[in-house]
Amino acid sequence: MTWAVIPLYNEASVIDSVIRDLLPAFSHVVCVDDGSSDSSAEIARRAGAFVVQHPVNLGQGAALQTGIEFALAQPACEYIVTFDADGQHRVEDAVAMVARARTDHLAIVFGSRFLDDRTRPGLIKKVILKTAVWFTNVSTGMRLSDAHNGLRVIRRDAAAKVDLKQDRMAHATEIVLELGRTGLPWAEHPVELLYTDYSKAKGQSVLNSINILVDLIVR
Amino acid sequence: MWIQLLLIIAILVLGGFLMRRTGADSHLAIRRIMMLLFILAAVLSVLFPQWLSWLANLVGVGRGTDLLLYGLIVVFLVFVYSQYRRNLALQRQLTRLTRRIALIEAAGETRAPEDSSAAGDLVEDDVADGGYGRQDRGA
Repeated sequence: MTWAVIPLYNEASVIDSVIRDLLPAFSHVVCVDDGSSDSSAEIARRAGAFVVQHPVNLGQGAALQTGIEFALAQPACEYIVTFDADGQHRVEDAVAMVARARTDHLAIVFGSRFLDDRTRPGLIKKVILKTAVWFTNVSTGMRLSDAHNGLRVIRRDAAAKVDLKQDRMAHATEIVLELGRTGLPWAEHPVELLYTDYSKAKGQSVLNSINILVDLIVR
Repeated sequence: MWIQLLLIIAILVLGGFLMRRTGADSHLAIRRIMMLLFILAAVLSVLFPQWLSWLANLVGVGRGTDLLLYGLIVVFLVFVYSQYRRNLALQRQLTRLTRRIALIEAAGETRAPEDSSAAGDLVEDDVADGGYGRQDRGA
């Protein structure tokens, strides 16, 4: 059984369609509502997802870790798919990644937007992302082509070794580090990111990437 | 001189406040000894200002007040660092607490009443890794 884990924070306008798109492919979807101030949690529940609610806002990394622990508490859970709440991931990509994890006996499949040319981020975004990739590779010793991509497939044994301490955005590098340390087989899989106007508006600012860098260096 | 009396009272009162127990800590005794030494030095400096100037000259600083300022800057940086560490530790505790609450609440909500095993698991788990001895503490 596969569980889709979605960190959720103030995405009331899109979360309903994200969950409804996911449910036909993944019957078990858990949203970790990170103390949203809007009606995200209620909408997610009505859309058919399990909802775990943080009483206070902690950050995406904390929400992801909570979601992983929730999924691991389900005895039938074999794979965990991490999925963003803002609708920029494609369900087909997630399905293909789980299939690949099964057939190729992979413990971790990272989604990468840079393995093919379907995704076209703007120049500034591309520079920031490539810097993040470089930093992630240097600090983790892995060879990835994309970083800070929310779409991942993690097998149960690998997920059990994840313990994210970066509550905020720097978790995306931390999770690569922790998964890399497991020594389990992994691969990257080409995915497309849908840069909708909504996700662009919500996306991370240039300044926030400085926060991520400082979070990672100063601990 | 009045100023000397006022300064000594201020030092003693503040020192007394800072020596109070704020949290069970193995560093508490060391902090208290340091505080005692600090109070002693502060009171002596108020009574015999020349002493500070003598010390300043010894280490190549012009005046006693300059030496005081340099010392203050160093102490302030130590303070900022220790508060930062403490903040991180507190944030970590808040995260774990919040997560535990969220998971227990979710387990109670999403399961049928006859299957309450998961909630029990969570509580047991909490006891298992929450022992006092192994808990990491802040600075």
